[in-house]
Amino acid sequence: MEEKNEFVREVAEKKYQYGFTTDVQTEVIDKGLSEDVVRLISQKKGEPDWLLEFRLKAFRYWQTLEAPTWGHLKMPEIDYQDISYYANPTAGNSGNSGNSGEIDPELMKTFDKLGIPLEERLALSGTAVDAVMDSVSVKTTFREKLKEKGIIFCSISEAVKEHPELVREYLGSVVPYRDNFFAALNSAVFSDGSFVYIPKGVRCPMELSTYFRINARGTGQFERTLIVCDDDAYVSYLEGCTAPMRDENQLHAAIVEIVVKENAEVKYSTVQNWYPGDAEGKGGVLNLVTKRGHLRGRNSRLSWTQVETGSAITWKYPSCVLSGEGSQAEFYSVAVTNNYQQADTGTKMIHIGKNTKSTIISKGISAGKSQNAYRGLVKVAKTADNARNYSSCDSLLLGSKCGAHTFPYMDVHNNTAVVEHEATTSKISEDQLFYCNQRGINTEEAVSLIVNGYAKEVINKLPMEFAVEAQKLLGVSLEGSVG
Amino acid sequence: MLQINNLHATINGKEILKGINLTVKDGEVHAIMGLNGAGKSTLSNVIVGHPAYEVTEGEIIFNGKDLLKMAPEERAHEGIFLSFQQPVEIPGVSMVNFMRAALNAKRQYKGEEPLSAGDFLKLMREKRKIVELDSRLTSRSVNEGFSGGEKKRNEIFQMAMLEPTFSILDETDSGLDVDALRIVAEGFNKLRTPQTSALVITHYQRLLDYLKPDIIHVLIGGMIVKTAGPELALEIENRGFDWIKEEVGL
Repeated sequence: MEEKNEFVREVAEKKYQYGFTTDVQTEVIDKGLSEDVVRLISQKKGEPDWLLEFRLKAFRYWQTLEAPTWGHLKMPEIDYQDISYYANPTAGNSGNSGNSGEIDPELMKTFDKLGIPLEERLALSGTAVDAVMDSVSVKTTFREKLKEKGIIFCSISEAVKEHPELVREYLGSVVPYRDNFFAALNSAVFSDGSFVYIPKGVRCPMELSTYFRINARGTGQFERTLIVCDDDAYVSYLEGCTAPMRDENQLHAAIVEIVVKENAEVKYSTVQNWYPGDAEGKGGVLNLVTKRGHLRGRNSRLSWTQVETGSAITWKYPSCVLSGEGSQAEFYSVAVTNNYQQADTGTKMIHIGKNTKSTIISKGISAGKSQNAYRGLVKVAKTADNARNYSSCDSLLLGSKCGAHTFPYMDVHNNTAVVEHEATTSKISEDQLFYCNQRGINTEEAVSLIVNGYAKEVINKLPMEFAVEAQKLLGVSLEGSVG
Repeated sequence: MLQINNLHATINGKEILKGINLTVKDGEVHAIMGLNGAGKSTLSNVIVGHPAYEVTEGEIIFNGKDLLKMAPEERAHEGIFLSFQQPVEIPGVSMVNFMRAALNAKRQYKGEEPLSAGDFLKLMREKRKIVELDSRLTSRSVNEGFSGGEKKRNEIFQMAMLEPTFSILDETDSGLDVDALRIVAEGFNKLRTPQTSALVITHYQRLLDYLKPDIIHVLIGGMIVKTAGPELALEIENRGFDWIKEEVGL
């Protein structure tokens, strides 16, 4: 029995390929959270007063809040005084200062190992990357090339310095610090993330992406990303995430804000592969994230595509506020949970403008002893004449010890609106697996085939190269889940 | 090719096969006939390694190898194929991806390179013709929305793709109309070679009219009680099984 457990453990841990740590001189501030810590973070980042004020207001508000408990999650008690809120792995160097800055070779190696080369000549074709480790952006590639078109792509810390007027205008305009517990926390202590501005009429010529990596022990990561897509502009943006294997829980509490103006289009894709914890449910990242887009302009478009395979706990509802007349929003999601992982994820579609349209396609896959919930709100305001929503939420179960749950909420205040919801639950049957086996396909490959077939509708929405990665990831995440 | 010695097997603790002995040589087609519940499907499931069945005694030797030690997919790679009585639907998995995974798994087992996309599609086109399977069907998900007859044709199509040396047809004739039966049977005959063998499980003579088996076995109560030439099938068609039961004293 012992031996078998050992084997299971091995398989579970082997499958997470990104569990290594980087040995790099990292400046970590003392654990604990107070106004002084907020001031210290702001000071370390050399921020202007208005931003410090923003952080302090958020912090004071956060102190009045309690952590939410409505999720279908068993959340471990988080001791917010036992986390360090700032870790800088570039302490030995200058950090991200564009293309000229020197980067510790260890950091370069780390991102190489993750398949994210930071040298432009080695980069994935047509993709610019902002690489964030712990609290600091390490490097942003191709920024000069993008600059030629007037596109700003840099870390949010730099944007605060170089484009304060833009950051000040939009920061907190989509997700105010009063939004929720984790949003308030993030607003107080956020460290780094990406800033994107696409000027009027510009179609961003390459994929933009941010790669988030947690490295330092005992720290939390508080990503803050802000994307502004001006009139008639277009951008496709992708984020990826990994972390080392640790037997402690690590907190990742992010905010992503997106502003989409008239006739503009933003595609935001996530491949989330934070360390999920081991086969016994020990450790793993707590991924508590507020993501929201505001479709401000007429005929603006925003799509969220997410493939969620990692994290011990995922609490995340990428949402859209459809204000602009005729705006269209989409949410495509595949969430995989295995072993003891828990996911409570979905979206909110808030229809305010006339003739707005939203589509929700959610595919949950649960295996092992995991719990996987879809939670979605479709709200149609009085003003939203002819609003339309179509939601389809499917759950796929592998084995009999996992759970799938669907919590659709509808709140419709306009009787010209059409809101449709469909939900299915299915199971991979022994017969299906045996049929594959008999044709020479082993069980793991069969599960991968079936799961990928099931998730195809969502995977197809990802940019090509990442779709291939996501397909592999789905197979790997479910290794050892059947039989 | 295949040798079964004193095979006993149970499902949920209940013994279904009670000592099967059977030898199939290269190039031979054997038919197994018998009433419902006699153990015909159990025998085919045990040969392909269905996990619901437990072998409690006996052995199956396939081309000199101990089959019972192999996982179902290894048995498939070694050349064993089952045409399922009720082929299962696998929504979302296209026939193309499914067949490609199956074929390449076998090639890998044999130490061969995976087939290129072009060669693979060409092979699909060729093999489809054997059972007159519409390209419309091969572009769909595995068996999804297929009629009963289409599912059975799809089984023989897969057999054509994988080129097994030993095939089991488990009541492939059930639910087929006359035309579909002919297409399936003729498809099977096209795939026969002096190096391939088959076990055909059926209740009816009409499939055997096409397949012309060399040897007929009658399975009753988990044992093969009678073995004879093709004339036995005709006799069963006329007289049923009771006379055999009497003959062997059951």
